[in-house]
Amino acid sequence: MKELSLHILDIAENSINAGASHVTITVIENSEADLLRISIKDNGKGMTPEMAQQIVDPFFTSRTTRKVGLGIPLLKASAEMCNGFLNIHSSPGLGTEVEVEFQNSHIDRMPLGDLSGTFLHLVIGSPNVHWTFQYKLNDKSYIFDDQPIKEELDGIPLTEPLVLSFLKDEITSGINLCQKIEENQL
Amino acid sequence: MPAIKSLEDLKRLREEALKKQELKSASGQKQIIVGMGTCGIAAGARDTMKAILERIEKDNLSGIVVTQTGCIGICEMEPIVQVQIGEGPKVTYGKVTKEVAEKIITEHVLSGNVVKENSINL
Repeated sequence: MKELSLHILDIAENSINAGASHVTITVIENSEADLLRISIKDNGKGMTPEMAQQIVDPFFTSRTTRKVGLGIPLLKASAEMCNGFLNIHSSPGLGTEVEVEFQNSHIDRMPLGDLSGTFLHLVIGSPNVHWTFQYKLNDKSYIFDDQPIKEELDGIPLTEPLVLSFLKDEITSGINLCQKIEENQL
Repeated sequence: MPAIKSLEDLKRLREEALKKQELKSASGQKQIIVGMGTCGIAAGARDTMKAILERIEKDNLSGIVVTQTGCIGICEMEPIVQVQIGEGPKVTYGKVTKEVAEKIITEHVLSGNVVKENSINL
């Protein structure tokens, strides 16, 4: 995978499979501390400490359709290559948080990539999950919560063209605004 | 932040969408499912999904529901897309690039003809 936003899409997939009804994804870029932190937190079925340790092993997976699970190990390796780390906090019945940190300026750090595409596809692809996204670039921040939108739509599919355009514009402009303000200040 | 203004817009949007949906509901729900496991994503499933959503937006295609699923066990055929029209059979497509996705929408989703050269038997 060439973008961190693809990894986010991938890790969030684990949350969906764990039966989560609410997933919160936070991406924080802090230039002063030279950090990039990503957190994917869910209220799914969670894992025992043993299982949380095992999932960093590529040859462990809870899935039955294939025998390897590369998502977490790949992201962990990428983070460690960039003076960072990947931590998993999980307890059975409560949920899981995957937390990953990079040295933001590290030459090997993958670009964030199409973050708005990832967010949009999660909201649309798994409409039964309540999604909350937060993107923070230094002191600028954008929060997206799909709950009020879904309540208002009251069962209209998110892939109706009008709704789709609305969601896309909302998420893209929110993230772009943070990045644009940042550029102007430089 | 346009959030508050947009909620009002959403109400209007919902009503417009409702009207359109009523017209379409006779023809049966059209469902497109994109495989988004690690294998799918690594093979480019996000671009495939993007192409599908862009097409819906561009041609104002109402009545199509697009969702995602995890790994279904044929990773070598990713990106995988499944199409189901109404109560009809679920057709699985393999190696769905942007171009193939366009073709599936035009020929299968809109005209009801399965794109045989890209379909796979499970």
